[in-house]
Amino acid sequence: MFSKGTKRKFSDGDEEISAESLVGARVASSYSLQRQSLLDMSLIKLQLCHMLVEPNLCRSVLIANTVRQIQEEMTHDGSWHMVTEAFCNPGQSPSERLVATEVLCRSREQDAEPKLFSVISYEGCREEEVVADETLCSVSVSDTVSDVCLAGRMGQCWEKSELSGVERDEEALEDSSLGSGEDEEIDTEDEASTKSPKTTGQVFGTFEIKNGSPGPDSALEELFSDVDTSYYDLDTMLTGMQSAPKMGPYDLLDSLAPSHSSPTIVSTPKCRSDLNELDHIMEIIVGS
Amino acid sequence: MGEDSESPKINHSFLRDYVTEADVISTVEFNQTGDLLATGDKGGRVVIFHRETESKIESEELGESGEYNVYSTFQSHEPDFDYLKSLEIEEKINKIRWLPQQNAAHFLLSTNDKTIKLWKVSERDKRPEGYNLKDEEGRIKDISTVTSLQVPVLKPTDLMVEVRPRRIFANGHTYHVNSISVNSDGETYLSADDLRINMWHLDITDRSFNIVDIKPANMEDLTEVITAAEFHPQHCHLFVYSSSKGTLRLCDMRESALCDKHSKIFEEPEDPGNRSFFSEIISSVSDVKFSHSGRYLLTRDYLTVKVWDLNMEKGPVETYQVHEYLRGKLCSLYENDCIFDKFECVWNSTDSVIMTGAYNSFFRMFDRETGRGVTLEAWRESSKPRAVLRTRRVYTGGRRRRGDVGVDSLDFSKKILHMAWHPAENIIAIAATNNLYIFQDRVNAENQ
Repeated sequence: MFSKGTKRKFSDGDEEISAESLVGARVASSYSLQRQSLLDMSLIKLQLCHMLVEPNLCRSVLIANTVRQIQEEMTHDGSWHMVTEAFCNPGQSPSERLVATEVLCRSREQDAEPKLFSVISYEGCREEEVVADETLCSVSVSDTVSDVCLAGRMGQCWEKSELSGVERDEEALEDSSLGSGEDEEIDTEDEASTKSPKTTGQVFGTFEIKNGSPGPDSALEELFSDVDTSYYDLDTMLTGMQSAPKMGPYDLLDSLAPSHSSPTIVSTPKCRSDLNELDHIMEIIVGS
Repeated sequence: MGEDSESPKINHSFLRDYVTEADVISTVEFNQTGDLLATGDKGGRVVIFHRETESKIESEELGESGEYNVYSTFQSHEPDFDYLKSLEIEEKINKIRWLPQQNAAHFLLSTNDKTIKLWKVSERDKRPEGYNLKDEEGRIKDISTVTSLQVPVLKPTDLMVEVRPRRIFANGHTYHVNSISVNSDGETYLSADDLRINMWHLDITDRSFNIVDIKPANMEDLTEVITAAEFHPQHCHLFVYSSSKGTLRLCDMRESALCDKHSKIFEEPEDPGNRSFFSEIISSVSDVKFSHSGRYLLTRDYLTVKVWDLNMEKGPVETYQVHEYLRGKLCSLYENDCIFDKFECVWNSTDSVIMTGAYNSFFRMFDRETGRGVTLEAWRESSKPRAVLRTRRVYTGGRRRRGDVGVDSLDFSKKILHMAWHPAENIIAIAATNNLYIFQDRVNAENQ
């Protein structure tokens, strides 16, 4: 489910460690692998929950606090630096990074191949490439210190329910011009692999767009600038917002109401909905 | 409204099992006398059960009190759509609270994520007959045919239960309402969402007072949400609310209009030995209940239930392990989201026993006097009507007994989240997904 490479499932923590390592080092590595795995898991959860309509705020806050905690610890350890270095290699191709497609939704039919992104900001890794989906804000690299980052972005996302649709639309347009779009019909082509200082996007991007948070995009950037989210497929996360990625009906659905999904999805990590939910949504849209 | 739905499988039995039409029960609540039991489900419906009062002699002979039968079913909330935010609003009933009875009718408050409604439940078993101007079918009579006057009389009819919405308290909450609590003054109630608590007057629907607001000026700083809130059972100026960080705050409304500053804060210092990345999540309080006496608070976090004395803020006076064997599995439970399950907890009528739910259809009862806990199961196939519930055990080491369940065989999809205890007797209602179980203490029934 998670990547190959250095990230491992919780239970597979030890496999990479050589037999010659000292027990202490082994335990430490195992712990850090587990911690990394937990961080990955939390980020996926956050991204998923931000794709969904009206996510459970309590759950989101708790997950965000966990991510913050892990980050702080990793910062103190200095191990964050090591992690980011691993991804500074420009030669590393996207295909080497695992895409958590099982967890997240399938990509939209419009996109032929998944696009990946990463956001890193710790020292030593400024120029991380960014590949952004045309519908998402591209990810940025920022010089800012990590501590602020998560906090900054959280604010944007919690704000969502406060803001009006008008603001949302404005923001969407704004964001589109920056290379992010809230829904698939706003297909502003982003210059992929851009290094422009854009906001992280997918996790909070969709969230933000939907709710038109008036905060500066740099807040988003700050938040996720220190988080390595290179394993996640942008498309799938966006489409998760659209519920089940069915072909025909969803094209129609997309054009009518881009950003809602059945409430029953809120509680599941998988963004599929069945035909009943689709009907339900269609009814609402059509106003029957 | 008010129609009686079918009552499946009603037989005169101790253990009842009501299947509420394929919907998951999301709240259970007895009224103040215990004669009425209301359940709310994910489909926005409320089902009210009424306890049949058989003749006293008969019920004492049989060693049982009356049974609960379906009294009324109505659609409380409909799915809604917030067009402004393009968000669906779930119709799931989050909480039901009964008002104290003041006349022949019963009133209850039901809430979904956004809107609270006050419903009036009344019986009608008579109807007037013999109108002068209308005939039996209600058609207006031709006046020229009326030659004499008669006084309409009330004639008995079949019992009809009518449920009507009396108040709709809308647009009070931006976030999801998680609690409602009726004040002891009988006039007001509070509703709490993730970040705010409002106080309403039962007669006024177009405004409410905001009494707690923990929304930070900068949402980036949000790290804590409100998880539950309740008024004190006797003091109408006191209420408590719990947070996702495991703190309880007691607020006195006499101190100021906005109770952001607590009067007391109850917090247990963290155990450094048990610290993990999940410490905060498992410390989040999912439910808080005042004792009937008003002296104690009962809270539920992921692994424990705790009793707090209002006079002591530095820690709980009692802590009971609900399922400590899950501590080693927190990572998997985090992965499958079970760690975010919100279990409720309840007191018995004398505040001597506390009860809460767990997984695998298990629920736990703790006797405060002895400190001992027992595990029971709400599962149709392992208990027959009138059977005495046998205690269950989760195998955590040592000698394995027959019937013990291994931790890895626990079914985490069968969670007992919602439950209620009769206000006066030892009758409990347990919601297990879409089934409602009502258990009664047989021994005590004879003494009532």
